[in-house]
Amino acid sequence: MIIVVNGKECTISATTLAGMLVELGLAETRIATAHGGAFVPRAARESCVLREGDKVEILAPMQGG
Amino acid sequence: MHVYGTELRSRLLLGTAQYPSPAVMVEAIQASATEVVTVSLRREGAGGEQGMAGQRFWDVLRPLNLRVLPNTAGCHSVKEAVLTAHMAREVFDTRWIKLEVIGEHDTLQPDVFGLVEAARILIADGFQVFPYTTEDLVVAGRLLDAGCEVLMPWGSPIGSGRGLNNVYGLRTLRAHFPEVPLVVDAGIGLPSHAAQAMELGYDAVLLNTAVAGAGDPPRMAKAMAQAVEAGRAAFLADPVRARDMAAPSTPVLGMPVFS
Repeated sequence: MIIVVNGKECTISATTLAGMLVELGLAETRIATAHGGAFVPRAARESCVLREGDKVEILAPMQGG
Repeated sequence: MHVYGTELRSRLLLGTAQYPSPAVMVEAIQASATEVVTVSLRREGAGGEQGMAGQRFWDVLRPLNLRVLPNTAGCHSVKEAVLTAHMAREVFDTRWIKLEVIGEHDTLQPDVFGLVEAARILIADGFQVFPYTTEDLVVAGRLLDAGCEVLMPWGSPIGSGRGLNNVYGLRTLRAHFPEVPLVVDAGIGLPSHAAQAMELGYDAVLLNTAVAGAGDPPRMAKAMAQAVEAGRAAFLADPVRARDMAAPSTPVLGMPVFS
């Protein structure tokens, strides 16, 4: 199915947020996630079910002032 | 200084953005002797060398063993700022958040109404909020009422390097809240600006562009550290007040008469 990840359409086969991160190679990285505009803590990624067209944000450390 | 129960020996907080290279950033951080660096969050691409910039940045910063202060830079609404703060807490594993709710594009002036609201929400959620605010006394009072234990008024707009635009306002803020840790955040361009903030009795300064944008960032970082230290020492030394007329420094008693 197609999920919008960080503003870009992405075709994935996983059905949960946790599964999608594994598929994208991001499972072991230092990131935080949001689904449909709401924060999804690490512990809740497994139970976060994805549906066609859902929007996911994946954020990582970045330089800041 | 103590902030949220944490003792900080360095009174210079440094940003990590805009350096010419990660190596220069590390060198500047070390030259500044700072204990706290500000960081941010951005979208991470999926896989590939290009996409993992965030992880690489963290790999450079982590070995320095500094305390990180994540920001909510770029957030223009309470909702965005609160969501970003929650994500930052998980990524950086800290309750500290430099709360920015931007209200105006050209000046990057804080939306102080949104700031107070977001501070209330985040403090209720267990965050330790460092609000990027103006020198407005009433807003400062509201932020303290909300539970903020530190205030970070701007010197002048972010990245402008204009120094302290409203010295009167900053001095008044200091006088009204003598026990609250106050940090001048934003607008510092020169070591003299940093020293001036410290001479006013501010507890620390937070800056980024002045160091990262200098021709020699590590050298400027050291200059800033020296200025902060000098300004603090001057404040503690109780400086003389400026006066309008001259006052001879050399004793006049015993002056010879030659005519």
